[in-house]
Amino acid sequence: MTTRPDLLVVTDLRTHFTTEVGVARAVDGVSFQVGMGETLGIVGESGCGKTVTALSILQLIPSPPGEILKGSSILFDGEELLKAAPARLREIRGNDISMIFQEPMTSLNPVLKVGHQIEEALRLHRGLSKSEARSAGVALLAEVGISDPEERYDCYPHHLSGGMLQRIMIAIALSCEPRVLIADEPTTALDVTVQAQILDLLAKLQDRHGMALLLITHDLGVIAEVCDRVVVMYGGQIVETGTTQDILTRPEHPYTQGLLASLPGSGDRDVRLNPIPGTVPSPVNWPAGCRFRDRCPVAEERCAESVPELLPLSEETTRLARCWRVGSIGGPVEGST
Amino acid sequence: MTDRRRVILSALLPGFPQLAAGRWGGGGLSLTVWLAFVGLLLTRWARFAAGWGGPLDHKIASLTVVAGLIGAWGWSLYDVSNPGGVKQSGVSQWSLAARAFRKNRIAVAGVLVVVWVYLIALVTPLIAPHDPAAQASLLTARMVGPGGEFVLGTDDLARDVLSRILYGARISLSIGFVAVGISVTIGTLVGAVSGYLGGWVDTVLMRFVDMVISFPRLVLLISLSALFDTNSILMITVVLGFTQWPGTARVVRGDVLSLREREFIEASRALGFSRRRIILRHVIPNVLSSVIVVATLAIGNVIVLEAGLSFLGLGLLPPTPSWGSMVAGGRDQLLGAWWMSTFPGLAIVLTVVAFNLAGEGLRDALDPRLRT
Amino acid sequence: MRTFIARRLLGAIPLVLGIATLIFFVVNLAPGDPTARFLNPNTSPEAQEQVRVNLGLDQPLPIRYVRWLGALAKGDLGDSFSHNRPVVDIIQELLPNTLLLSFSAIGLAFILGILLGILQAVRQYSLLDSIASMVGLFFYSMPSFWLALMMVLLFSYGANVWDWPIQFPASDVQDIEYAFFSPVEKVQDRLMHLTLPATSLALVLAAGIARFTRASMLDVIRQDFIRTARAKGLSEPVVIFRHALRNALIPVITLVGLYLPFLFSGTVFIETVFAWPGMGKLVVDSILERDYPVVMGGTLVFAVMVVVGNLVSDVLYAVVDPRIRHD
Repeated sequence: MTTRPDLLVVTDLRTHFTTEVGVARAVDGVSFQVGMGETLGIVGESGCGKTVTALSILQLIPSPPGEILKGSSILFDGEELLKAAPARLREIRGNDISMIFQEPMTSLNPVLKVGHQIEEALRLHRGLSKSEARSAGVALLAEVGISDPEERYDCYPHHLSGGMLQRIMIAIALSCEPRVLIADEPTTALDVTVQAQILDLLAKLQDRHGMALLLITHDLGVIAEVCDRVVVMYGGQIVETGTTQDILTRPEHPYTQGLLASLPGSGDRDVRLNPIPGTVPSPVNWPAGCRFRDRCPVAEERCAESVPELLPLSEETTRLARCWRVGSIGGPVEGST
Repeated sequence: MTDRRRVILSALLPGFPQLAAGRWGGGGLSLTVWLAFVGLLLTRWARFAAGWGGPLDHKIASLTVVAGLIGAWGWSLYDVSNPGGVKQSGVSQWSLAARAFRKNRIAVAGVLVVVWVYLIALVTPLIAPHDPAAQASLLTARMVGPGGEFVLGTDDLARDVLSRILYGARISLSIGFVAVGISVTIGTLVGAVSGYLGGWVDTVLMRFVDMVISFPRLVLLISLSALFDTNSILMITVVLGFTQWPGTARVVRGDVLSLREREFIEASRALGFSRRRIILRHVIPNVLSSVIVVATLAIGNVIVLEAGLSFLGLGLLPPTPSWGSMVAGGRDQLLGAWWMSTFPGLAIVLTVVAFNLAGEGLRDALDPRLRT
Repeated sequence: MRTFIARRLLGAIPLVLGIATLIFFVVNLAPGDPTARFLNPNTSPEAQEQVRVNLGLDQPLPIRYVRWLGALAKGDLGDSFSHNRPVVDIIQELLPNTLLLSFSAIGLAFILGILLGILQAVRQYSLLDSIASMVGLFFYSMPSFWLALMMVLLFSYGANVWDWPIQFPASDVQDIEYAFFSPVEKVQDRLMHLTLPATSLALVLAAGIARFTRASMLDVIRQDFIRTARAKGLSEPVVIFRHALRNALIPVITLVGLYLPFLFSGTVFIETVFAWPGMGKLVVDSILERDYPVVMGGTLVFAVMVVVGNLVSDVLYAVVDPRIRHD
């Protein structure tokens, strides 16, 4: 493992929503770190709390009904973001940490020209003049691979395709050279051919600018392509972490195994796709004990009563899983019985 | 045991058990009706008894009291002794809407006020302290301020303002009800025909609707009212009814257009039913929910318009106690007798607010797109 | 954009023509002899007939219709029966008063309504939001003539009785001694006279606009692009006013067209209550006097103003929403 200094450290993050039917514990005690220049993937089905985790980092959770509970901590370069004043937080947003979203079609303001939307962050954080911001913006468009950047600059979003808009979102996010980029399902809403292009672009830009990338996706294929390390989330909690290599080849948690098994072209060639049965339970009432129990093929009685903390699988502290059977299932793991 | 206590309680105070159970729509209504009407019987027994031999409105007033009491008592008792009987409603469109509506407390309050305004209008002959047309002594009782013998004061002809407002309620509500009845009938038919047939019929009808809607309604009403002598209740009702329908027609047409593409309409077309039968049996029942909403909101609108015409002297004329002409009558006495204009106007505002609350509550409850 | 306006203008012509026809037949088919109102009943039948011939009332209806339309095309609305003046002259004299009142009212209504709507949306479910919604509903349900009377009662008569520092005049567009005022005093005087009528008219409209803006704003604030704007680090005022407001205003702008008929209905009452010499009062008065040419002319002017207003609202719509311009 490379030892890169941690840039973003999330500790025991809990984000809850008050709803009519009760308190939804969307994110329930999540901890992870992202090192400088590292790419961390967060993977899991919809409703596992991935997006809420991402939004919590920049505190973009609508409040009410959402609330980040006391005791949570988000350290960015040693600074506690959850205690930062609103003005300081706005300085960080879009400048040090920026974010791109799943739906490029709805994530850009339909009544403002795309150029204006690129300029905003540049003028706010970098104090550029209108003309300076414009030339910087056009250069950014060129960098994210948009042809005729001068011309596209004065377009409205409805003139452009989804792939193009996502490039523009990336340009906006990169405009102030952030140290962390959070990408929330950046390719999900796009055509398959465009998906690969956008992923390549992200990887290329990350190399060039040396920023850390937090990539949120439900697609292990995407993870395999770009991530150094992976966090698997289920039921608002982390169930397993490890290097991409480890997660893909030696998954420990039954949920991770299930995700892998449901991936086309994985596992044994002669076996059909086997999706995980059932659906993610409601965050208002997670099952007691292990939250994956109802869908788990190897659940035992003790799983209904309690669930272990994230247990280290080896001497390395970055390889963790939350399961009683850690080491006894899946592939051979040294140090297990 | 507790069931038995609830039955006894509901026999004594109908609506109280339901109110205690948080169902303050039905509970509140039957409890207030029960208490108010019992109080009415105790204080106005002589008038109530005399009502049976009196003129028609007096008879109706006494009948309303009896019906209200029996209704409140019977409903509450039936409800308590059949636990679950009422709750058993399924998941039909209407019971879902009813559930959504009951959750909207402000809308329920609006409906309560609407029902109460109608009840008051019906029992007015029993409760009005004075004859609305009777003049007290012009020397001693002209423009007497509120309080004392005349609760809301007297007007420049020494008539009791409160009694006139009470009698005015009957006129405003009847005009609102009947005019909206007319407009909703025409509007639904025109909208359904226009939307279902489409083609040139639709174009012509909707062009006409656009034209009427884009025209200042009051200016049209003023022309019609002055030219057709709308000083009678009947004429003003008809004129209001016949100018109110384009809004309904537009809403219904929109609904029908989307309905026309639905499977069950296509099925009845494939079965070879006549257009008339499809429109009357299949299309119109399915637009009823929108029509109810439009009608509820329109009643408030019509009440304001009638008051406006009467205010301008183009509607009901004095001495008919219309809210609008009462406000107009007080206009010249604003300095000396502020209560003459103020209270009838407040009556209008209160009534219209109640209708708007009820209508909006109904719209929120009946529109499945808003239901979560 | 120019072809867009031209197309809308052309489309409005049949509408105006239709309205003119409707007005003509409503007025002329109504029972009652218009001459009965202004002729002395003692005049000889021959003289009465002569008046009718002079006014063109002896001709059959279709001919009168064609003649009226012909004159209308030339900008001639005929002569008033009771004032012995061309209707166009009367309208020219009174229209500016009505326009002043309506523009002030609608301007005030939109400013008040939009600001309140934004405030309510940003502070959704707060005490301020609930109170504003409830108060708004009351104003929304209020007959404008009653509101106007209450304003007079409070801010004109009441202000006098209670010795308030400002006391507004309760009638007319200007003071009797207006001609002798200095320019500054003149402006002041006009403003003082305008305040109560315009406010009474505006409050009822503003209540509706606020409700609409609130709903529209709440809709927009939930959108993804607002989150994007916040993620850029923009401050809340920028997010609300530059990113959310413009989107929220798109549906609000349709209200301009929708509220115009309502507005002009309101001017009829307000002009009556405040003795404001304008088109609304003119139409009411001439109906009572059976002055048909004035009635037809006046209503036609109202109709044209509504049509023009709708056109303006369409154009504004296209200005605010780039997606429309594209088509």
